[in-house]
Amino acid sequence: MPISNYIIFCLTLFTIGIIGVLVRRNAIIVFMCIELMLNAVNLLLVAFSKMHNGVAYLSDKSSIVGAEAQVFVFFIMVVAAAEVSVGLAIIVMMYRNTHSVDINFLNRLKN
Amino acid sequence: MNLIQIIFWFLSSFAVISAIMVLVSKSPVHSVLWLIAVFFAISGHYILLNAQFLAIVNLIVYAGAIMVLFLFVIMMMNLNKDTDPQKNIWIKLAGAVSGGCLLMVLVSLVKQATEINGKEAMLGKGDIGLIGTLGKVLFTDFVVPFEISSVLFLSAMVGAVVIGKKDSKLENN
Repeated sequence: MPISNYIIFCLTLFTIGIIGVLVRRNAIIVFMCIELMLNAVNLLLVAFSKMHNGVAYLSDKSSIVGAEAQVFVFFIMVVAAAEVSVGLAIIVMMYRNTHSVDINFLNRLKN
Repeated sequence: MNLIQIIFWFLSSFAVISAIMVLVSKSPVHSVLWLIAVFFAISGHYILLNAQFLAIVNLIVYAGAIMVLFLFVIMMMNLNKDTDPQKNIWIKLAGAVSGGCLLMVLVSLVKQATEINGKEAMLGKGDIGLIGTLGKVLFTDFVVPFEISSVLFLSAMVGAVVIGKKDSKLENN
């Protein structure tokens, strides 16, 4: 599969995430769109890792060139899990104070 | 057009349509369910790329743990179609147009790039995605970041508890 197909597919997913952040006002949906962007990047990293491995595979069948990218994706997932727990705690806190998940209430952070 | 290409295009179109449905759905619960569909499609892509470990971790961590957390929060707040705040139509249009412009610029950039001409992502072969290979790399070259991530989890847990704790000062007001 040509790598440009993967790049364009991941760019489409990433752009949908960006549009979601711009368009929606519900804080939880905005947060979900950030997750979508993270996943698009993850998939692109794996596709590039297989691209580099494919070149090395021709000369050495057991080559592990490109395995670092997949470990990197693993760490992105670890950080995303930690980020979601803190982010959802912040959203719950915000809901408790304003009784709404509308991000427009956050334009006056003071007080 | 062989089987792998058919699977690729099916999974890609399924993921894009589900991602659009995440934005279009009025009810947050439906958005979460569509996002789970996107994660399943992306896991299918990982399997296609022979990255089996990441496919399973994606399902367990994202579709299993993180989305359940989202569902819990939505359930706790009792969000539904009626409480969903909406932006005005012009801001929505402006967001969609600016996102479309970004996509157009990036795609034209990819089409012009000569570095990726004729480069292929290897499908179905190679064993770098298997648990054995990744585990060896993770516990030799990346053992320090792996241990540091446990500290990150601890701090995230403490942070979530501290933020989520009821503040007695706010209760009195």
